[in-house]
Amino acid sequence: MTLTPVAPTIRSRPVYAPLAAVPGHLHLVIADGEGAEAVTDMLERAPDAAGFLALTHFLYCPGPTGTDLSDRLQALGAMQFFRAPTIPALLPRLQRVLTDAHMGSRFYLAGSEGLIGQAERDIMATGFPFAAIQKEHRGSTLRRVQCVHCKGITENVATDPFQCSHCGLNLFVRDHYSRRLAAFQGVNIDAEDPGEVPESVVRFT
Amino acid sequence: MSLDYKFAFSPDHFDGFFRDETFRGDFTYRNTDPRRFPFPFDRDDYMYAVNIEPHVPGRKGTAFEHLLDVDEHYIAEMTDRAKVLAEDPLRCQSLPHMELAGWDVLELIMEAKARDYPQWFSLERDGNRWRWINRPLGIDESFTFLDASTLPYGPFEYIMRQTQGDWTLQDEREGTLWMDAGIATSQADWSLDFDIGMNFHEWHAPVPMAHEKGIFDRALKFLLKLQHGAPVRRFNWTMTVNPLLDTAPETYPKWGTMKTSVTPENIGRKQHLRVELQSLYRLPRSNAIAFDIRCYLASFDEIVTVPKWGRRLHRVVRDLPEELATYKGFIRNRPLMVEWLSQYDDGAPTSSGWFADD
Repeated sequence: MTLTPVAPTIRSRPVYAPLAAVPGHLHLVIADGEGAEAVTDMLERAPDAAGFLALTHFLYCPGPTGTDLSDRLQALGAMQFFRAPTIPALLPRLQRVLTDAHMGSRFYLAGSEGLIGQAERDIMATGFPFAAIQKEHRGSTLRRVQCVHCKGITENVATDPFQCSHCGLNLFVRDHYSRRLAAFQGVNIDAEDPGEVPESVVRFT
Repeated sequence: MSLDYKFAFSPDHFDGFFRDETFRGDFTYRNTDPRRFPFPFDRDDYMYAVNIEPHVPGRKGTAFEHLLDVDEHYIAEMTDRAKVLAEDPLRCQSLPHMELAGWDVLELIMEAKARDYPQWFSLERDGNRWRWINRPLGIDESFTFLDASTLPYGPFEYIMRQTQGDWTLQDEREGTLWMDAGIATSQADWSLDFDIGMNFHEWHAPVPMAHEKGIFDRALKFLLKLQHGAPVRRFNWTMTVNPLLDTAPETYPKWGTMKTSVTPENIGRKQHLRVELQSLYRLPRSNAIAFDIRCYLASFDEIVTVPKWGRRLHRVVRDLPEELATYKGFIRNRPLMVEWLSQYDDGAPTSSGWFADD
């Protein structure tokens, strides 16, 4: 398992790169599912993994398809390890930790795009630019999609088109992505010809 | 004071200049003089280009006469905007760091309108104590410049409720522009709520072909050098069925079916060329860039009253690359458009330039 490839597409669609340990005062590592492997791979390449771990706070939750590598991360013996059952349960802890983050804090996000996007959004809200945050996409390609019509966000979208979990419209999934919302955009597919909805295909797994 | 005014229209007001008309429901929008329309094609074919020129006052009797064009649709457009904002306040947003840029653009607009249309607008200033009078909308406001608590809305929303066109405010940092404030009630199918906070390449990401041609790289390079006092402009265009100002993605399920209502009999009346006269201004205090996307609509019936425009529109629509017709959302009606417009194209050569009379 390596970095999940992203097909070249439009300029708003995020791209990712393998994590690299860099010097810092605090390493905030936020991961879900297979993202744990991105972290262990990074540590294998790090010149001083023990020194890195002594300054590391892990926030981890299982991935959207159930992959749970908590034990592997916890066994690394970092300064702090926290396991949340889900992303929504992880984010309040992240927001609290961010209130203590200062210059010299380093951010490493790994796993699903939903986890990466929401953690990035919360870190950016503290004033860090997204370009200062490392991100490696691993594992599930399920998407977090905002319905442009009702504004509701549907998590873990697998098919295109799909039905909005809030308003029920049939939406096609664009690659257009908002960092502020941490979501791709969904647009009604049968607005011009109501009822003419193409068959759903599984695009994200 | 609320700006959600009820427009009590009397045709006698302002010598009957402003039209009492609608952009929804019964669609009574019409152009008093189609020759005033900013026809966007200066030749018989179209492809993306940066096509930026200085925004300087132009020919009398055209949309270019003044820095900000106030035309006969002003009151009706502001009424339509108030309705859209009442239905969906997310159409006007400003991230917290953009308030100063909002004041900058308020000043730009008030100064320009008071200078160019003294019969309708006036601005009195005593230090930071300002009095703004907008006679067409019945507004007489005394406020303190740079003190948002003295206006009924934030400065950006306040002036936008009195200004035609969608506007965005772009903050400059990290070598690019960030769309951190905007209002969109007459947009060609892009979502302000989704795009706010994006940088220049991100919000243009869905546009086909232009990235590969380097259009956005060149446009950004140019815009980052934009100077205060030297605004620039360019055209964009698309097609809209019915004079529907608010073609937002948010409400697409409500207006999408209109696209299927075009027939050979009604196309001249229903099909509208939608032109965006876009202008860009560097703002003095915030160093942000204000981007005005002013929408003009003209029915095919109105356009073909100018023989040059009828001929040229036929050729442009017929020869447009399929990707662009798809992106602009009129691929399904293109065959009908081309057939109808062909009646107005006798094959004669057209003169270069936009204007009807050249």
